[in-house]
Amino acid sequence: MDFSFTDPSQWLPVVFAGLMGLSILIYVILDGFDLGIGMLAPLGTDAQRDRMIASIGPFWDANETWLVMATGLLLVAFPAAHGAILTALYLPVAIMLVGLILRGVAFEFRVKAPAPNKPLWNVAFFMGSLMTALSQGFMLGLYIMGLEWTAITVSFAALTALCTVAGYAFIGACWLIIKAEGALQEKAVLWARTGLAGVLIGFLAISAASPLVSPRIFEKWFSIPEIILLAPLPITALVIALVLAWALRHLPDPVDRFRHVPFVGGSALFGLAFLGLAYSFYPYVVPEKLTIYEAASAPESLMIILLGVVVVMPMIAAYTALAYVVFRGKARALTYY
Amino acid sequence: METLILSRIQFGANISFHILFPTITIALGWVLLFFKLRFNATGDERWMDGYRFFVKVFALTFALGVVSGITMSFQFGTNWPGFMETVGNIAGPLLAYEVLTAFFLEAVFLGIMLFGFRRVPGWLHTLATFLVAFGTTMSAFWILVLNSWMHTPAGFELIDGVAHATDWVAIIFNPSMPYRLAHMLLASGLTVAFLIAGLSAFRFLVNDQDGSARLTLKTGVVMGALLIPVQILAGDLHGLNTLEHQPAKVAAMEGNWETDTRVPLILFALPDEDTRENRLEIGIPGLASLILKHDVDGEVPGLNEFVAEDGTPLHPPVSPVFWSFRVMVGTGLAMLVLSWTAAFFMWRSGRARLNPWLLRGFVAMTFSGWIATLAGWYTTEIGRQPWLVNGVMTTAEAVADVSAPMVLTTLLVYLAIYVGLTLAYVSVLFYLARKAAKGESTDPLTPSSGAAEVQLVPAE
Repeated sequence: MDFSFTDPSQWLPVVFAGLMGLSILIYVILDGFDLGIGMLAPLGTDAQRDRMIASIGPFWDANETWLVMATGLLLVAFPAAHGAILTALYLPVAIMLVGLILRGVAFEFRVKAPAPNKPLWNVAFFMGSLMTALSQGFMLGLYIMGLEWTAITVSFAALTALCTVAGYAFIGACWLIIKAEGALQEKAVLWARTGLAGVLIGFLAISAASPLVSPRIFEKWFSIPEIILLAPLPITALVIALVLAWALRHLPDPVDRFRHVPFVGGSALFGLAFLGLAYSFYPYVVPEKLTIYEAASAPESLMIILLGVVVVMPMIAAYTALAYVVFRGKARALTYY
Repeated sequence: METLILSRIQFGANISFHILFPTITIALGWVLLFFKLRFNATGDERWMDGYRFFVKVFALTFALGVVSGITMSFQFGTNWPGFMETVGNIAGPLLAYEVLTAFFLEAVFLGIMLFGFRRVPGWLHTLATFLVAFGTTMSAFWILVLNSWMHTPAGFELIDGVAHATDWVAIIFNPSMPYRLAHMLLASGLTVAFLIAGLSAFRFLVNDQDGSARLTLKTGVVMGALLIPVQILAGDLHGLNTLEHQPAKVAAMEGNWETDTRVPLILFALPDEDTRENRLEIGIPGLASLILKHDVDGEVPGLNEFVAEDGTPLHPPVSPVFWSFRVMVGTGLAMLVLSWTAAFFMWRSGRARLNPWLLRGFVAMTFSGWIATLAGWYTTEIGRQPWLVNGVMTTAEAVADVSAPMVLTTLLVYLAIYVGLTLAYVSVLFYLARKAAKGESTDPLTPSSGAAEVQLVPAE
């Protein structure tokens, strides 16, 4: 394809695909740790569960906004793709939405409703987080499989659904290693170890399965010179995985050193997986059917949005950073105000 | 039933459930800022008590608004792909600006507003409260720009059936936007006024020594009494604007079949679309002409103007629009009577004390704003049918090719959740009010979404 940097109808779709991809990645890491903690919550004692939820309390809302940002960008920049993808994923989207609703309201209801109802809202919090993670993973799998519903694609999607649960639980445990102390931190390290094993198995399974079922993806990875040029990607992932495994064996540290290592490493691993997926799909936004160029909105509309993004994004980054600074340190109990 | 009607019911259910919560948070954010500023200025702890109580209401409401709003953003794609395919070039940037300028702002500063009181300087906490209120209002602005554009589209051209923007100023300041935005913001103010008055009255009935409730009751009553006449005026102006741009909608609101002068204002009737007449009509002669044209001899368009050659109606369904409009106006009048009566007694006695029957009236009217807001939305949105974007595309053209049983199944699940959550929400508000009135701490023993108390010094 002829590519021109001076023609907005050429570079705007790429910019927006990049922004959308970035939003999805940020969402997966940030709400990933919220949802992971939601799924790990039943494993803690009652007091530990409260502390776990306190560790994500000030953040979850803004984290979830990245999902709105990502779907919003898909909706506004690639309207035709938005319709095609979401109609094909009608049922998993509905399940995810129900999950997000249950999870989000349970945050508030579990502490505001009369005490006898709290266990019920705890269940809603867990179930909501689990439904969300499962359906997001299922959608990812089905998307990789070209949005077709067959026995093979659904089985693959079921696999990615489980991997996503493991991935979110892993990153949630990594977050908890930063925010928790004592017995809860020890538990978090154990959860992170198990989660890491699940994540690595999942990555291998997806990396092996995608080229097998999609000749186009096979072609993109396993031809010369691509296979050599792309080699740094899996090699870096392997190095990070080794660092993570080492760190998790030595944590928790008596003076709480290295507590950020698992979360940073885990995020990097997610980033690499994401780059791999993005490479596999470019230039398609609906796999094998619609490219980003075909699906893009009119350049004049994209330009107006880009203007807003360029001005506002740094501000969003700045005040998000402010919130993380304000609520840094160990999560503590327990007064509302 | 077919996919179109099921999808319409589903979207209607989602957006109805969603609007319950933003309609509270939009104005409640500003009221909280008011409480905070009064506390800063007077040092009176009762203002801070009011802040602490209603910030909990705000947090719960905000969470429900967020999760129900996410549903909306997905349903554009799952149920209405034709909408964005046709008008995505207009709707897209407007929605993008909502996310960029409103969603992140409110979501991030909400954390500081709820849990940052002891962690940040006082000015930053006040600023966070302001930014959350500002964010919710910006959100309302962008979404009402888009909604108004769907009623009175402007500033675009159609190329191969797809809308392209030609003039963003004309798109944003489209003809109905100022009226609709004012009407909605005032609706939010009234919803909150009666919510505050209702919950405060309830606290008062439980324990009449509740000092903070006395202050917030007065705030709610005064706010309601001041806003309701402004709202009636804004509603009238909005109606005149609608008459100019969507006369078929006004004809349905009035239940008026024939274009005529001296058209009566119909108080009660059963509009019948088969015979195209009203049954059991009770009306006040000439009043509709007087209201809509400010002249008894003014000519008002009737529904029969909007029928195709082959007899297909080109106007919205009459009964739902006719009745929704009456429910909205009736609720507004009840608000007027109650808030002015209460304001009168407060002014005469010189203190914020009310007769128990008036207090009970406010408790009964706690959620009257919801009823009026929903009825108003049904009036204007059903009144837009059969168009999705007035004169540009019909609702039927936008619907997704999803099987009807699939839509029905998800619809039933959503409905069950929405009913459950609405009941839980209402009962928890009264539960919190009862606890607050009895002087029990409403601070949970366990952290809520906001309750993360974090050590200031990292544990190194």
